[in-house]
Amino acid sequence: MEKKWFTMSVYSENNVGLLNRISGIFLKRHINIESLNVSKSEIDNVSKFTIVIYTTDEWVQNIVGQIEKQIEVIKAFYHTDDETIYQESALFKIASDLLFDERQIQNIIKDSNSQIVTVARDFFVLAKSGRRNEIDEMYEKFKHFGIMQFVRSGRIAVSKEEMQISALLKEFQQ
Amino acid sequence: MQIVKEKKTATKTKKTITISGAEAIIHCLLAEGVDLLYGYPGGAIMPVYDELYKFQDKLTHILVRHEQGATHAAQGYARVSGRVGVAMATSGPGATNLVTGLADAQIDSTPLVCITGQVPRHLLGSDAFQETDIIGISTPVTKWNYQITTAAEIPEIMAKAFYIAKSGRPGPVLVDITKNAQFEEFEFSYEKCTGVRSYNPTPKPSEEAIAAAAKLINSAKKPFIVWGQGVILGKAEEQLKALVEKAGVPAAWTIMGASALDTAHPLNVGMVGMHGNYGPNLLTNECDLLIAIGMRFDDRVTGRLEDYATQAKVIHFEIDPAEIHKNVHADVAVLGDAKESLELILPLVHANSHEAWHNVFKEKYQIEFDTVIKNDIHPTKEGLTMGEVIEEINIASGHNAVIVTDVGQHQMIGCRYAKFNQSKSNITSGGLGTMGFALPAAIGAKMGAMDREVVAVIGDGGYQMTIQELGVIFQHKVPVKIVVLNNDHLGMVRQWQELFFEKRYASTVMVNPDFVKIAEGYHIEAKRVSERKDLKETVQKMMASKEPYFLEVKVEKEANVFPMIPSGASVSEIRLQ
Repeated sequence: MEKKWFTMSVYSENNVGLLNRISGIFLKRHINIESLNVSKSEIDNVSKFTIVIYTTDEWVQNIVGQIEKQIEVIKAFYHTDDETIYQESALFKIASDLLFDERQIQNIIKDSNSQIVTVARDFFVLAKSGRRNEIDEMYEKFKHFGIMQFVRSGRIAVSKEEMQISALLKEFQQ
Repeated sequence: MQIVKEKKTATKTKKTITISGAEAIIHCLLAEGVDLLYGYPGGAIMPVYDELYKFQDKLTHILVRHEQGATHAAQGYARVSGRVGVAMATSGPGATNLVTGLADAQIDSTPLVCITGQVPRHLLGSDAFQETDIIGISTPVTKWNYQITTAAEIPEIMAKAFYIAKSGRPGPVLVDITKNAQFEEFEFSYEKCTGVRSYNPTPKPSEEAIAAAAKLINSAKKPFIVWGQGVILGKAEEQLKALVEKAGVPAAWTIMGASALDTAHPLNVGMVGMHGNYGPNLLTNECDLLIAIGMRFDDRVTGRLEDYATQAKVIHFEIDPAEIHKNVHADVAVLGDAKESLELILPLVHANSHEAWHNVFKEKYQIEFDTVIKNDIHPTKEGLTMGEVIEEINIASGHNAVIVTDVGQHQMIGCRYAKFNQSKSNITSGGLGTMGFALPAAIGAKMGAMDREVVAVIGDGGYQMTIQELGVIFQHKVPVKIVVLNNDHLGMVRQWQELFFEKRYASTVMVNPDFVKIAEGYHIEAKRVSERKDLKETVQKMMASKEPYFLEVKVEKEANVFPMIPSGASVSEIRLQ
């Protein structure tokens, strides 16, 4: 079966150890987590894991079922790239003198729609949000000028379809 | 032996008392109706043991000889009684020794609460003496686990532990309690847990699914039921029987489902799976409707998945959503408790008999009887067979005993030939295949069903993995019957070596001790049978005994278990020899 990129959204309680329990499900199936983000969600006291994996339809269904089965998981969803709005963020730390020595740097900053977060005597920091390929492109452009530090976040995503967590929580209470 | 009778403690202790965390644990256990637990003391759990000492009149603690034995005994207890089994151990090695039992309980859906001591909170993460990350270690093999670091958490977490262990698809829960939390005093009050907001243990069966399933059943010409342990866990034995009889559907069981329907029932056609019966395996690929009830299409049941029941529509009655479509696609999935779902479908199902179809099963049985069963249970050749021993136990017990098996050839033979006339009678390690399960599990089974005969049937290999639990049988005079079917080999592995590894018997020949002497060392009456003429009488004597009894039967050394679906083959490729 054909492998695809999937974004999983897991709504859960915010408890110690749950990440271990969820990552264990991937470990058991020998699947690499391509990206992981944990944050609060739209509901008070409910956390949201956003997990990106590359696998088949059949496996993603099974994995979502096995994640959802964990006591502290409220609901898990999976979506293809077409079904979500998604982004990643990156920070680039670059030597300040490049701004003056290399004219092209200013053009790259403008073209990339990135923001200057801070400027210090020795370095400045650029923040870029977007799809991974956009961040990769920017990385490639800066690479030969020298990047002092680079970091990219996990994917964050919202689905086009509704995820009715509040209704579910109410249903569980009954 | 004496077991404290079940104590009906009020579910809600409204008044608050100031007690230590250790004492609180005892009160929680009592409030959950626990009167028996298995365990082994050690440094990090000593405050709780000190309280156990004070509560001896209400709570019986059985000192096992190895913590693994505590988990299997708790499993045996849970499986025959339908209650939650409780095991306790100290930190470090005490806790890690629980892992095999937890994994066994997880894969076989057995409700357990395991309590482990842990180093004091201020030492967590410091590699202190007997510190181990049991939460991390046990996560993949528990339904839920939690580390308590302050006494105030104890009541809520213990209540949650019992609720989670027994609700929905049951499973093991581990609660790790730091030593400081055991010493701390706090205001204790207890309230039973009735729900966890993120957890929906028993989904309600949908009316549409029930109607669609009934329609398929009513239009099927060759329907076939395969049921599993879900029927027993869901207390749906009567409903299963009613469905089988009303719709006239031949029904077979997975190893974990055995005994839910009387083995003598005319529509009970036997066991599915690798060493199951010929007809049920073969006809899985000829039925037009496969009705799976409370089973999970394990690979030992399905054989090669691509060729499993591809011609049939599939209805899957299942409480765990993660099992639906996991291995086999269900045309109709009825998500919910087995009893509730079957009760809903029964009025919609038309009466039928499917006699011609049932006759096909009978024909296949006859073929299996002539080529395999006859020689197994009524052998004429020299050399005792495992099958004839099981048959003698059937005769002596009147089909009424709890049979506890270990793992391997004797397990397959035991499950194939044991006769059961009541549910919760077949206790075995199904999913994990844990050698060493049977002896401690039999101890727990006996304590969970004191009015029933409990016979542990074990191979010479598995017996020696937990043989130290003879100490418990001796100390507490647990009247279990232990039958070791000794072929001086690790029989199942040897069988595979014979069939698939050109008889290269790598490390499967066992050089065994004198098992009779070992049992006698524990003051357990013991006999050895090496000849057929002595078998019947000795088995009868054993079954009539009111004391623990050990029987070693020297069986054929190189016998094979058939039928067999070779690993990776289709159920249609089942071999009779």
